Amino acid sequence: MKQTVYFFLIGVLLGIIFIKSEVASWFRIYEMFQFKSFHMYGIIGSAVVLGMIIIKFLKVSGIKDINGKKISIEPKSKGFTRYILGGIIFGLGWALAGACPGPMYVLLSSGFVSILVLIAGAVLGTLVYGLLKNKLPH
Amino acid sequence: MNLMEYIYNTWAWYVSGPLIACVLYFLLIMGKKFGMSSNLKTFCAIGGAGQLSNFFKFDWKANTWNLWVVAGIIVGGFIAFQFLTPYAPQIHEDAVMQLKEYGINSVNTSFLPLELFGIENLFSLRGLLILLISGFLVGFGARYAGGCTSGHAISGLSNIQWPSLIAVIGFFIGGLVMIHLIFPIIF
Repeated sequence: MKQTVYFFLIGVLLGIIFIKSEVASWFRIYEMFQFKSFHMYGIIGSAVVLGMIIIKFLKVSGIKDINGKKISIEPKSKGFTRYILGGIIFGLGWALAGACPGPMYVLLSSGFVSILVLIAGAVLGTLVYGLLKNKLPH
Repeated sequence: MNLMEYIYNTWAWYVSGPLIACVLYFLLIMGKKFGMSSNLKTFCAIGGAGQLSNFFKFDWKANTWNLWVVAGIIVGGFIAFQFLTPYAPQIHEDAVMQLKEYGINSVNTSFLPLELFGIENLFSLRGLLILLISGFLVGFGARYAGGCTSGHAISGLSNIQWPSLIAVIGFFIGGLVMIHLIFPIIF
């Protein structure tokens, strides 16, 4: 129960960041792919650099998580095709929708009803991938 | 400028990026991993997609924590939109001019383009298709690639995983193709 509250609060923080940083704005995504602003690159870049330091620190220090387990991130399975093809398909959608999955949820609070269609499309896409999974090159 | 003005204005990259890294840290300390598109898979599983494909046969209850993150995101978004965001995003003037040529005139006056997300788009085939197809590509691509911007670009790159770098390169190839080659056709 207590942990549920923590997860909820982490979400609240993330929701506020998505809006205040404007990464959930279609216009910022457009501007990023037009290379007209450093804003998005700065956000992703600084998050990744700090993230590397955080993960290195957690691994080296051996700090345990809240449940007393060792902190580790299981590596993604090896491969190339699925990552490049899946990535390109995702990128096409990201640029057109102007939103990736996290920001999609936050936009539910924007008052635009059409976001429901966007999310329905994303759920449908996930479903179709699940159905076609064994027929796709990975 | 007083404190409230700082909060009302766009949060600079050197504030927002480190805050996202904090979220990554909090989730790791909680024993979890930052990944937002997994929730879409959970939604499918809750809806009974396990009957259609083994891909959706998993213990989705173990992912309830991530649904609480989503609930928080929605509430956080509500707080931010209602109380903290009086201004629309202001983007680079070159991008503004390009968008106006495409007929997207709500740039710099709205958080999202009214021309794509306004309610009237739900009543036109073109508007509806753009919303559905873009969502579809995001959902399909994220699962195919095994993650989205949070799982691959933030968590994956932070953990120095090659598959994530390949996926992020894919994200940018797809995004650049959409904006530079496909936008001029559809707008």
